[in-house]
Amino acid sequence: MDLRGKRAYADTAFRWLVIGAASLVLLILAYIAVSMTGRALPVLQHMGVLEFIKSKRWSPADQLFGALPFIWGTLFTAAIAVAIAVPISLGVALFVTQIAPRRWRMPIVYVMDLLAVVPSVVFGLWGVMVLSQHFHLGRSFMTAGIILAIMITPIITSLAREVIETTPQNEKEAALALGATKWEMIKGAVWPHSKGGLVGAVMLGLGRAMGETIAVALVIGSSLGQITLHALSPGNSMPAVIANEWGEADDLHKSALIALAVLLFVITIAVNLVANAIVQRSIARSRGK
Amino acid sequence: MTWLAILSVALISSCKKNQPATGGGSGSASAPMVTSGGGAVTINGSGSTFQKAFQESAIEAFTKANPNIKINYGGGGSGKGRQDLADMVVDFAGADAPYKDADLAKNKGGEILYFPILLGAITLSYNLDGVDKLQLSPETAAKIFQRDIKKWNDPAIAADNPGVKLPATDIVVAHRADGSGTTENFTAWLDQAGGGNWKLKSGATVEWPADTQAGQGNSGVAQIITSTKGAIGYVDQSDAKASGLHYATVKNAAGKYIEPTADSVSAAGAGIDVKDNLLFSAINAKGDTSYPITYQTWVIVYAKQTDKDKGAAVKNYIKYLITDGQKLLPELDFAPLPKPLQDKAVAQLDKIQV
Repeated sequence: MDLRGKRAYADTAFRWLVIGAASLVLLILAYIAVSMTGRALPVLQHMGVLEFIKSKRWSPADQLFGALPFIWGTLFTAAIAVAIAVPISLGVALFVTQIAPRRWRMPIVYVMDLLAVVPSVVFGLWGVMVLSQHFHLGRSFMTAGIILAIMITPIITSLAREVIETTPQNEKEAALALGATKWEMIKGAVWPHSKGGLVGAVMLGLGRAMGETIAVALVIGSSLGQITLHALSPGNSMPAVIANEWGEADDLHKSALIALAVLLFVITIAVNLVANAIVQRSIARSRGK
Repeated sequence: MTWLAILSVALISSCKKNQPATGGGSGSASAPMVTSGGGAVTINGSGSTFQKAFQESAIEAFTKANPNIKINYGGGGSGKGRQDLADMVVDFAGADAPYKDADLAKNKGGEILYFPILLGAITLSYNLDGVDKLQLSPETAAKIFQRDIKKWNDPAIAADNPGVKLPATDIVVAHRADGSGTTENFTAWLDQAGGGNWKLKSGATVEWPADTQAGQGNSGVAQIITSTKGAIGYVDQSDAKASGLHYATVKNAAGKYIEPTADSVSAAGAGIDVKDNLLFSAINAKGDTSYPITYQTWVIVYAKQTDKDKGAAVKNYIKYLITDGQKLLPELDFAPLPKPLQDKAVAQLDKIQV
């Protein structure tokens, strides 16, 4: 009796502890959103929300703050990164799970995971010294995109590997038993099963690429007002401009940088929500049929 | 770095509390008594990275002579220094530009004092094969940095350099990626002296043309120049020297081409109007021997110090910076304050109320 009472007590305490932890995270998130938005208000009133988002000119000297070039830079570099990283990541993941001899798998996985723990400033400096100089890419959207691709490849690879490994063994064997080649087996059994999860993996990589700050700030070229598809011209991204200009910014300029941060916050959350929706729908579809 | 500074301050102050109070234990002996009786005082400053090298050398020398005082100086930029002092997070700020009048009311500690501590040169550093000596007028510099001129053998550059054979190399302009007091002072010079050629205004962040290159900090700009043939950029003199860059002699307000040296920079400081609150601008100073792109930096403190021991330490430290500490400057490629300015700064020390 006594023992059960004690157990019940411990159970309740544990329950509240985890509820507390869970709600604390939500509270912190809400607090960040509210306090940041409050500090962004001066510039939003000065420019107007729509004008802030769609205007092209960012000129602290004239008190003009338009975020469009930075939104463009963020999306453009992330798109370059994903375009480079996805084929490589999927290739590595398929190689490790389907093709490579068993004893090769661990070393490859290990090296990929190692790539994920390299601090981003190291990639940034390497980009400045090697990519922009030796490979003559300058400081540009392209340089930033390549650095980001290297940074998100391990994340996408490791998620893709786990997703692909959940393909039921009997489906793969069934395909092979019907005389399918490895490629046909991957196309017919692995791909339909893991499509949703793979999209999710790519979207998570995209989210990471959009938020990366220091590596991008070092290599993107910090040019204001650039909205162009020319990948070798210098540009800027939302996190990079925040990191670069914060130190010497005065009141309204600071407020504009905070507004950029809020916008980035909203965009990354939107990307993750969309990613989630796609994953959920594809899971539901594969279960339904 | 800032984190380290905060951590060390926290550790030191907690150590201080744990020390048993020496002397009479009659209960009235509070913490300040202990510190004035030989305990350690810590003062903190932050701000301008331009004066950071001087602060570091001065702190080392000053605290060696005053082992009971500990001083931390974190960089972060002039804007951060001003903000930290306004919020009373630090005891003094380093800044290359003063507060805006509108912001003065936000300073929580009331009236502030500006102490100029040094002058420095912004060089026009370049990388051009076969050209060891280059002369530039502000009008030409404005055209170069605005990309109106794109080749080194442009007639405007040739006119500044009679008899010099200039190659047809493309000009690559390098500037700061981060917001910077160096950019603000450099563009102020282009704006004032450029004869109306400069259209991009003056500020810590400037709308540079898209076909220019940006680097982080003075050393980042220096790195672009070192590695790019045909490059030109504005770099503070200590970083330009450290990177072994060539830099131009620059035409001053009197029409003379002047090389940046400790003497020509100090001369710029002598030829300027200083306000009663010791604010001034050394940009484009008059005088035949003045280097025109000279800029200055201040230490800012509150006139009314709330903590007796800290206040005394701050006052002593500033006194050191503007008197004996000035001897450290030439080795760091900065120029000392000219005598009249130094006298005014020393006289202002009395206004710090401890």
